[in-house]
Amino acid sequence: MNMSKIVREAANLLFPFILVFGFYIVLHGHLTPGGGFQGGAVIATGFVLLFVAYSYPQITERIGVGALHNTETLGLLLFIVTALIALGFGVTFFTNWMLDIGPILNNPVAFGPNPGDLNTAGVIPVMNIAVGIEVLGALSVIVLYMMSGTKETI
Amino acid sequence: MIELVVQGAVLTGLVIAAVLIIHFRDLLSAAVAFGIFSFLLSLEFYILQAPDVAIAEAGIGAGLTTAIFVMAIRGTQRMEEVEE
Repeated sequence: MNMSKIVREAANLLFPFILVFGFYIVLHGHLTPGGGFQGGAVIATGFVLLFVAYSYPQITERIGVGALHNTETLGLLLFIVTALIALGFGVTFFTNWMLDIGPILNNPVAFGPNPGDLNTAGVIPVMNIAVGIEVLGALSVIVLYMMSGTKETI
Repeated sequence: MIELVVQGAVLTGLVIAAVLIIHFRDLLSAAVAFGIFSFLLSLEFYILQAPDVAIAEAGIGAGLTTAIFVMAIRGTQRMEEVEE
């Protein structure tokens, strides 16, 4: 059973803004408060807003359960592969190997108060993005599976 | 001084919201009151200079938990039965 038209339209309107804010928290994880988990939770809140507004069959034809599962798996794989690549350079697991090679994410951090530079911190933003993708998939899948079990009596 | 006033207002709102959660017989109203409680708690975390925890609380406490309660109420019944 659907919610009313007001709830559905408001959910559709708010969904992209919540998504943008969540990805902002994820991408600025190494500069400002927040990070992968918090940003992923905010993005999952946007998905859950859609889940509440629509019924289960309507949701599953727009967003597949398999797609959310694959999102979670992709995040975990990205996280563990980024950690494992460090072993190929002859250093220990989880070492920040991006600081030694190439210009990507490799600027030196300015001293004192500064507006912040996104292109710093080596492997940490990659890990933040991986955790954000993983948390987004996991929390959405939890709520979607709970929704599939309810009978919708009201 | 101004911080003390704001903190007192937020804590009073927390107690009022918690009492309302117990008081309501309409479970949907209780779920919304729980969302308000969670939002005020995240505001309190922010005042106490833990913005990290505040974002997590706002996302999971006010967003996901309230949505799960609303789904559970849609699956069962809306009014709480009064025991005599």
